[in-house]
Amino acid sequence: MTAVAALENADLTAADRVAVRRRSVARPLLYGALVLCALLTLLPFFWVVTGSLRSLDEIRSDPGAWLPTHATLDNFVRLFRTQGFGRFLVNSVVVAFGVVAGNIVAASAAGYALAKFDFGGKRIAFGAVMAAMMVPFTAVFVPQFVITVDLRLADTLTGIALPGAALPMCVFIMRQYALSIPDELLEAARIDGAGEFRIFFRIFLPLAGPAVATVTILSFLFSWNNFIWPLIVAQSTSSYTLPVGLAATSQAAAHVTDYGLMLAGAIVVMLPVLLLFLFLQRYFVQGVAGTGMR
Amino acid sequence: MTTTLSPGPARRPRSTRRTAVAWLFLTPFLLVFLLYTAIPTVAALGFSLTDLRGTDLRHPFAVDFTGLDNYVRLFQDDSFVRDILNTGLFVVVGVPLTMGVGFALALALNSGIRRLRGVFRTAFFAPVVTNVVAVALIWQYAFNPNGTVNKVLGAVGFAGPNWLDDPNLAMPVVILLGVWRNFGTAMVLFLAGLQAVPRDVYEAAALDGAGRWRQLRHITLPLLLPTTLMVSVLLTVFYLQVFDEPYLLTNGGPLGSTESVALYTYHQFGAGEFGTSSAASFVTLLLVALVSAVQFRLLRSRT
Repeated sequence: MTAVAALENADLTAADRVAVRRRSVARPLLYGALVLCALLTLLPFFWVVTGSLRSLDEIRSDPGAWLPTHATLDNFVRLFRTQGFGRFLVNSVVVAFGVVAGNIVAASAAGYALAKFDFGGKRIAFGAVMAAMMVPFTAVFVPQFVITVDLRLADTLTGIALPGAALPMCVFIMRQYALSIPDELLEAARIDGAGEFRIFFRIFLPLAGPAVATVTILSFLFSWNNFIWPLIVAQSTSSYTLPVGLAATSQAAAHVTDYGLMLAGAIVVMLPVLLLFLFLQRYFVQGVAGTGMR
Repeated sequence: MTTTLSPGPARRPRSTRRTAVAWLFLTPFLLVFLLYTAIPTVAALGFSLTDLRGTDLRHPFAVDFTGLDNYVRLFQDDSFVRDILNTGLFVVVGVPLTMGVGFALALALNSGIRRLRGVFRTAFFAPVVTNVVAVALIWQYAFNPNGTVNKVLGAVGFAGPNWLDDPNLAMPVVILLGVWRNFGTAMVLFLAGLQAVPRDVYEAAALDGAGRWRQLRHITLPLLLPTTLMVSVLLTVFYLQVFDEPYLLTNGGPLGSTESVALYTYHQFGAGEFGTSSAASFVTLLLVALVSAVQFRLLRSRT
């Protein structure tokens, strides 16, 4: 019942009238508060865009100005010309590609097995997935680094990508989805004499599209935003991913208050994920809310 | 976060062949799990009982077993004790603040508004997916002594401080960044919880004359208790491991006032003290395990 319709209704009780009046006052207040909160939340995005368009001189003379007086793309040009951001970008894309591909293969296979097979040691296997979700990264990164060195993977893109190539939350998402696929479909194929791998590739995977999409987006988000592990593994600029390269660039730039360069770099790092988020919001929200990961 | 371990109804008898096929499907995941979770967890415990240093990696026989020495030294180290207190501050201030903002926004978005609802949700969730390195730089830009924040303060007559160089003010700014990044997660989880409350419960309460406030107190909050528990544990685990925000904004400074346990672990690792670093990381693991155990206990007692 909308407020207007309610007011026109002759049979209103006194309580209803109070409620309607209260709502008509409360509604604009609520919207006002929400708009204010949204603006505050989005303020950093405004700062990064305006700041990245300001020249070095302008920022030095007044670091706190809200808008550029003469907008310039010079910071972005310098990023790729002198700071090696082209290489970082390629590295980030390569690592993300590896992580996503690894998760699609490893998570769909493992999730399928955990949901659709009754086998010896199933509890142990599922326990491994839960354990992997709970062990904090901080607790294991020292041995992870030692192992990476032992495998001769230090300072390589493979070394950066490998630990994230089979994320437990992706296995979990796949398992939950596989549970919802009727067994009869798989049984029918089995009776027709199809082998287990054929059933997996021809029957299960084509049906698992939505879960594959969620896994793709979550693992991409994880890989693109991952910071500590690449920071530990990458030792030379040639294997820096974007966040590591941005952190290194900004440490040098901060000393000379070259904020424009830093903020332009921030945009390059943020933009791909934010664009994906705008178009595929549903998957992001489901994925992050469902697994509590970022 | 609650999951049943029980397999579905048995469809066919277990066969060795099917068991083998299942394990084959699990192999890629298990390889990564063994290499990067199982072995490292055991190894971290092992390392923490030795004097392993970064320079020993090529000379494994130079490493000595030192028992609990690392742990004893950790708790004698004033900076580690300070970092535990700092991490505690992140949890005690960050968790309620993040939950409060997330809950308030979830309530607002669930109050029956239609217009712009999607836009608001997008705006509030955007920080969750935004790269933290990038955001930290924006924070530095805005909070620099002559930055936008101080400019606004100046306009209303306050002399803006040097936020990130002040041992008393750096921590609030670092926590603020944590809250900004995490409240969207809390909001989405609370929204899911709110939407699971049946409408007619509220209608019945309204018929009985319960106002908005009493509905919130006597219906929403009690029904949302499991969600609240889940969110609080999730955020506690986040903040117990807090690393990105202090590392990027202050690197633990000024004077160690924002150094967390995770950052201590990292700094010891960077200094080549792998044994000490592993001991510190194991303290984090124990704290996280403790919180998770409490969560499971609480959830089980309610269901």
